[in-house]
Amino acid sequence: MPRTISPTAVVSTVSSDAHTWNLIFLELLLTETGYRVHNVGACVPDELLIETCRTRNPHLLVLSSVNGHGAIDAERLIKRLRTVPELAALPTAVGGKLGTDGESGLSTRRRRLTRAGFTAVFEGAAAVARFQTFARGVRDSVQGSQP
Amino acid sequence: MTTATQQDFGGVVRRARARGEIVVQPRMGFSDPALMRSGLAAVAALKAATAGTITVDSYTRLGDYAALRSALDAGENLNGYPLVTAGEQTTRKITQGLADDGFQIQVRHGSPAPLDIVRAMTDAGLCATEGGPLSYCLPYSRLPAAESVENWRRTCELLAALHGPDTVPHLETFGGCLMGQLCPPELLIAVSILEGIFFRQHGLRSVSLSYTQQTHHAQDREALTALRTLAGEYLADIDWHIVLYTYMGVFPATADGARRLRRQAARLAVEGHADRLIVKTGAEAHRIPTVAENTTALLDAADDLTAAAGNPLPGNDDGIHTVLHDARTLIEATLELSRDVGAALTGALRRGYLDVPFCLHPDNPGRAVSRIDRTGRLTWLSVGAMPLRPGPGPAALTSTELLADLAHVANHFDGLEPRSPLPHQPHLDSGRNSQ
Ligand code: B12
Repeated sequence: MPRTISPTAVVSTVSSDAHTWNLIFLELLLTETGYRVHNVGACVPDELLIETCRTRNPHLLVLSSVNGHGAIDAERLIKRLRTVPELAALPTAVGGKLGTDGESGLSTRRRRLTRAGFTAVFEGAAAVARFQTFARGVRDSVQGSQP
Repeated sequence: MTTATQQDFGGVVRRARARGEIVVQPRMGFSDPALMRSGLAAVAALKAATAGTITVDSYTRLGDYAALRSALDAGENLNGYPLVTAGEQTTRKITQGLADDGFQIQVRHGSPAPLDIVRAMTDAGLCATEGGPLSYCLPYSRLPAAESVENWRRTCELLAALHGPDTVPHLETFGGCLMGQLCPPELLIAVSILEGIFFRQHGLRSVSLSYTQQTHHAQDREALTALRTLAGEYLADIDWHIVLYTYMGVFPATADGARRLRRQAARLAVEGHADRLIVKTGAEAHRIPTVAENTTALLDAADDLTAAAGNPLPGNDDGIHTVLHDARTLIEATLELSRDVGAALTGALRRGYLDVPFCLHPDNPGRAVSRIDRTGRLTWLSVGAMPLRPGPGPAALTSTELLADLAHVANHFDGLEPRSPLPHQPHLDSGRNSQ
């Protein structure tokens, strides 16, 4: 039987956001999907998150924010992160409650955040189910690409 | 007769209590000063005993004024009022003429480094706020607890120095709301009381102790009784009152569910003899509420409080001895570590005498685990190094189980089946049909 490597994920929130129940949930969900997870915790400055990704070199970065500033902070973060050459192709997901205008701003935010550099954006009703499919996809491609 | 307007948040609550009224207060904050003003004015004008709130946005909480300015320049909405950058004149304008001996405004933030915020509010003539060295650090930041303690010491001294004939600075501890949910009451009570003692040690003469509604009505009532008893013992020489928060965890998604949960909170405030009630709206689970949603919720709450006071329900407080005993044990174990309460608090974290379940902060011991038991009460699976009766030990938790615990209250009030029964009688609470 071929030895399978565990995919790794960094779970984090954005610089202004103190909510962490979302992070604990995502950590458990990704662990159950087969990832080894590093959870960075509350109020993560851009520099710390970029540094964490550089040193840990994860297969997936999952960003969550619910305080209403998520779209602003995540957009700034991803633009900076994408300028780091070794992180330019890192699969990145962002989700939660990303604006102060509830569901109404949802499709604008999705466009804005994917344009800024996110691989996928998860907000609204089926967010978690869609994300699980995405995370399995990343996992399978990590495991499929091993020697 | 005084000529100057009294700044005395605690006094307003005391006078309402003397009239038999519980003060109701929203959690309200908008980036637009005009909207902030209209919200405060609308709350002040309500025919109910109210207190006003300025909730500060997350950038200001973290002192990230660069991110704040670029967000405002880009026309974005913030999740609260940018108190520091707004400037003294703007804040004076939005609060002008509102405060009197029946209405005062409190600034609410969530910052472990609150000096900028407190300077800005006191410059603008406001001297009631909220927080605490642990309660605004562990659930809100990654700042080392020792730094937060030092920041909060200076903040207390700054506030206390304003004390005068027309000014009684007021500070509320957020200790009773740690993480918003799933924290057993003895720990919430202990941190509330310990932060109250910290405030007093650094000069405050008027404080409030908080507690949030949790998963089980009788357990919450016992907790409020215990909190009141301990406040009477530890803070007898200063002005204090009890503030109850409507459930601070995942809120019911439906309007009816939210309404029923809020009604239950009002009943708890009455039965637990709270002096002030923080009110949430039907929008809580979804987005930041509008001014109208807030005023509607406040009037509902005032009605609910009257209805509950007129219709007392039998209940027993069998569990009071346990929660009182356990909270006292945590308080005493902490206070024994140092005469300097701030040092005692950081020492208690290092030793694990205070350990907040599910808190990711680097200085939180992170060994204690809580769970909702079969009867709906919050209990410990593991107490870590806290000097309490050991629980049965931590069990592996799946993401589904975590969500079920987090949604326990919301599901119950939304009329969905919770994992275990949650004893309460919402249908008895008022004349309205609520089921
Ligand atoms: C608990 C809580 C807190 C606690 C948090 C403690 C902690 N350390 O976690 C405290 C009290 C500290 C707090 C503070 C604040 N909060 Co708060 N808080 C809540 C509350 C009540 C519950 C959140 C929760 O625990 N959810 C449980 C988790 C598991 O669910 P979740 O976070 O929604 O995540 C789910 C989905 O969104 C999704 N998801 C989330 N992220 C991601 C990412 C990906 C990739 C995917 C696929 C899915 C996904 O999956 C999860 C499971 O379904 C909500 C309201 C509510 N929901 O009832 C408000 C709420 C999130 N808070 C809010 C706000 C504004 C604040 C404050 C500014 C204060 C205030 N109310 O004015 C501060 C912000 C501090 C800061 N610097 O960020 C707003 C946000 C509004 C918005 N988005 O526009 C809410 C919605 C309340 C409201 N209606 O005003 N809060």
